[in-house]
Amino acid sequence: MDILVCVKRVPDSAENEISVAAGGADISREDLVYAVNEWDNYAVEEAIQIVEREGGSVTVVALGDSEIEESVRREMAMGAEQGLMLVDGAFTGSDGLGVATILKAAVQKGSYDLVLTGAQADDGAAQVGGMLAALLDYPYASLVNRVEVAGKSLRIGREIEGGSQELNEIDTPCVLSIQTGINEPRYVGLRGIRKVASVEIPVLDAAALGVDAAAVGQAAAKVRRVDYFVPVAGAGAEMLTGSTKEVAAQLVELLKAKGGIN
Amino acid sequence: MATQVFALIPHAGGKADDAALELLNAAQTLFPGCAPTALVLGSGPSLGAVATEVAAAFPEVWSFNQESLAYPNAELIRPLLTKVLPAGAVVMLSHSTLGIDLGPGLSVKLGAAYLPDVVGVDGVEGSLVKVVRQEFAGQVSAHVQADASKGLVISFRPGSFAPATASAAGTVVDKSAEAAGLTARRRFLEVVQAEAGDVDITREDVLVSVGRGIGEQDNLSLVDELAEAMGATVCCSRPIVDAKWLDKGRQVGTSGQTVKPKIYLALGISGAFQHLGGLKGSPFIVAVNKNPKAPIFQAAQVGVVADLMELLPELTEQIQKAK
Repeated sequence: MDILVCVKRVPDSAENEISVAAGGADISREDLVYAVNEWDNYAVEEAIQIVEREGGSVTVVALGDSEIEESVRREMAMGAEQGLMLVDGAFTGSDGLGVATILKAAVQKGSYDLVLTGAQADDGAAQVGGMLAALLDYPYASLVNRVEVAGKSLRIGREIEGGSQELNEIDTPCVLSIQTGINEPRYVGLRGIRKVASVEIPVLDAAALGVDAAAVGQAAAKVRRVDYFVPVAGAGAEMLTGSTKEVAAQLVELLKAKGGIN
Repeated sequence: MATQVFALIPHAGGKADDAALELLNAAQTLFPGCAPTALVLGSGPSLGAVATEVAAAFPEVWSFNQESLAYPNAELIRPLLTKVLPAGAVVMLSHSTLGIDLGPGLSVKLGAAYLPDVVGVDGVEGSLVKVVRQEFAGQVSAHVQADASKGLVISFRPGSFAPATASAAGTVVDKSAEAAGLTARRRFLEVVQAEAGDVDITREDVLVSVGRGIGEQDNLSLVDELAEAMGATVCCSRPIVDAKWLDKGRQVGTSGQTVKPKIYLALGISGAFQHLGGLKGSPFIVAVNKNPKAPIFQAAQVGVVADLMELLPELTEQIQKAK
């Protein structure tokens, strides 16, 4: 089974305090820690595990500027033998449909039985996988938390409300968006990074992909972010301050008064 | 603008979901004076009850009653809606696991713009629809605008709009024949219910809930010790279950358990809406997080910006002394 996994380099929202830059045009990018989108690590791990069981290949693809090379190599170090970078100034400012349009061209450059994405990324839109499937006219399933290969089709589980699992059979080729918790993404050490450091990663631009530069990027985007802002906060929490001892003492009094200590 | 607005109504067990009236409010807020059409899809006699219920709120209900629609499979619903909806329609969805499955591809097939997980609306100017979304796990918000001149698929976060008052005497139009012969390359098999865990956190009054901020599995012992001192039960947010440190039965959130404690101590939990969605009954929330921008501080009554490694042992010790 030949698998393409789409990954995104994002500011790590677990490691950063995200704040709005002056004017609201962007978030403050200084001192941000970047990482591979958390969901994508699960997608890469799942692809590797499928290929370990069934044979085949894993290719990791990312879209962006030259900085994505670090992300692609990190994911390759997990055990994906091939990487692919989609880099072109014309891609900047693409909306979800623009990104899916570029990825569609990358899918069609190769021959894949399965395309994986993370269920969502930093903007929480959860859209690119479903759009990519629709553009390719492949079947799609989102929020996938289990994959078993069964001949030409897959048995998959989807996470639905309340933690229940919806089981489906889906034909290949297909696109799946992968939910966290489906597996335990393997650790990537320095040795793994070194092993893939010299692997050549093809870089494709709009021309090489056969993408009409006017159909992607900022100008073609139907959906645009106008600005970032911090909503006018409600009352919010009453913040306790002081030394650790003082804060703990205040918490004890509060918890006692509210019946939280039994 | 003369916009035709449609709302896909989630329902279960012969009753419409709360989202039905929330979507109606969203439609009326975004397009004042519009006459939205409800789309009700399903199978069997219970669907009639849903259609009748929804017709008390929406001026028109399109009912699609087919065996194949007994379970909401987005891969069947998408081609059906693509076939029956007029060009340029606005389609409103709930940002549920069905909406996430259906929406992106539906926007592509309709040639429409897509606005997912909308939490507020800013208004409409010509063909531009302006809304509010959240990014970076709720740490910042964004104004986003979509060109809806070729239609729009828009999904709303459950609970972000109050329910509208149902005051229509709508007509139900049977469109079942349009849904005949649907097939998909993804076939629904069954739903496996979540396993019950070793404890039932839905019945506990005092919950100590731990999130990603605890850092390492070994540090969970600090949380266990605090909970024991308080006489409370330990639960958690999603990353802790993803890491397999605690059972799924202990996860609070839309994809886990819905709890209604009196007191909720949130330790190292950022407070994403999926987590807060599992917290009902207006508990007294105390939040401890090292990030002062964590959204949990908006939901909590009392907050502390602190390192859990320092605060937890001190708090446990003081509680033990105070008892």
